Amino acid sequence: MTPVWLFLAQRLTALILAPLVIAHLAMILIVADGGLTAAEILDRTRGSVGWGLFYGTFVLAAAIHGPIGLRNVIQEHTPWRGRSLDAAMLVLGGLLVTLGGRAVVAVVGQP
Amino acid sequence: MGEPGGARETLTVEVWRGGEAGRFETYDVPQGANQTVLDVVTWIQRHAEPALAYRFACRVGVCGSCAMTVNGRPRWTCRTHVSRVARGRRLRIEPLRNLPRIKDLAVDMTPFFEKWQRAQGRFTPTRTRAEPMAVVRPESAPRRAADAGIECINCGVCHAACDVVGWDPDYLGPASLNRAWTLVNDVRDGDRHGVLKAASAGGGCHSCHTHGSCVEHCPVGINPTAGIAGLKRQSLLDLVGGGLP
Amino acid sequence: MNRPARNHPGFWAFVAHRVSGVALVLFLPLHFLALGLALESDAALEGFLAATEHPAFVIGEWGLVTFLTIHLAAGTRVMLLELLPWRDTRKGLIAFGAVLAVVVGAVFLVRAG
Repeated sequence: MTPVWLFLAQRLTALILAPLVIAHLAMILIVADGGLTAAEILDRTRGSVGWGLFYGTFVLAAAIHGPIGLRNVIQEHTPWRGRSLDAAMLVLGGLLVTLGGRAVVAVVGQP
Repeated sequence: MGEPGGARETLTVEVWRGGEAGRFETYDVPQGANQTVLDVVTWIQRHAEPALAYRFACRVGVCGSCAMTVNGRPRWTCRTHVSRVARGRRLRIEPLRNLPRIKDLAVDMTPFFEKWQRAQGRFTPTRTRAEPMAVVRPESAPRRAADAGIECINCGVCHAACDVVGWDPDYLGPASLNRAWTLVNDVRDGDRHGVLKAASAGGGCHSCHTHGSCVEHCPVGINPTAGIAGLKRQSLLDLVGGGLP
Repeated sequence: MNRPARNHPGFWAFVAHRVSGVALVLFLPLHFLALGLALESDAALEGFLAATEHPAFVIGEWGLVTFLTIHLAAGTRVMLLELLPWRDTRKGLIAFGAVLAVVVGAVFLVRAG
């Protein structure tokens, strides 16, 4: 976890996330009219390989980008640093991949 | 403003006294025309408090020795006119932030220079006087990049202004990284790759979050943020084997 | 103790970037758990979504949408400053990002409110 690799991972995932976030925001604004129903989400996503790839990529990139950023925040504003913090951030990344992957399966998988 | 022999306005000046532990002492200083904050500090030491410790040298804005925190901002006190910064004729003068306090307005610059060395902010020569001079084209991109940062006189203002320096004790800071950037761009330096490695290690250029406080405060108009961004780019190129000899 | 000299746009852009980032990364697990309700049944997800009609939720979602836009805009500016050899700090991009976040948030509120 040398600085330049963390930096590269953070910036690369940022580049991947940017278009995904723009698309996500656009969809939110479009769908926000009136209430949001499960059908509005699931009719679009169920059985869709495309949406599976979209959200799967989103989850993976966010699971890398978030913990690296949070690590900086914790190191700079609390005394916590070193291997235990690195381990905790790996755990957070694993948690995000697991919960996120589960969520992707939940909305894309056929019931 | 001040009239000879007549009633003068006075400034209310709070000055830090002590080391890490201490307090503010307040002095009433006669206001004068074209008065700088360094004039104020000097007046206090000469007329009110002989034990006041502070640094200065040239008094004309070329040495950087008189840098202090004035009303919350790090500045050269010899180049700071009282009329520009005194709010309601009040001044608060403290030592530079992010460096250990020795006494009153004097800080220990040792950590600042230690970080300079850790960033390998020193030139590695390759030629002797017996060899021809190196040819450096001033209009070349690397030389223009180096020239943009070469006027640094190590005054410590950017170091004092930087938030990350305050938050992360390992962070090398804008001054040393700016110097590293000038050396990375110096074709005469015999270990440019070593400088890059030192400047992009832990606590190096990747810790900069682009606040730009260094740019806002540098009295010489240097942009360390841009130099640090250059180091970031160069370190990425280095990963894929590109760039420096 | 000296407080740092911070009152300039670049610093506030950083604050917005950091606050929004922390909020988003802490929110994400909750977002994933909510969507994961669809594993139980469509009705389970529907039940949760019905609960989010409450004004408190709408405000929360507005906050998240605004934070996401802020984080995207501030992050884009940082990456541009890092990747391109600009010699100034591009404060115009800060204003642009702030306006974008306000607009996106407003559109969301108008449509969802």
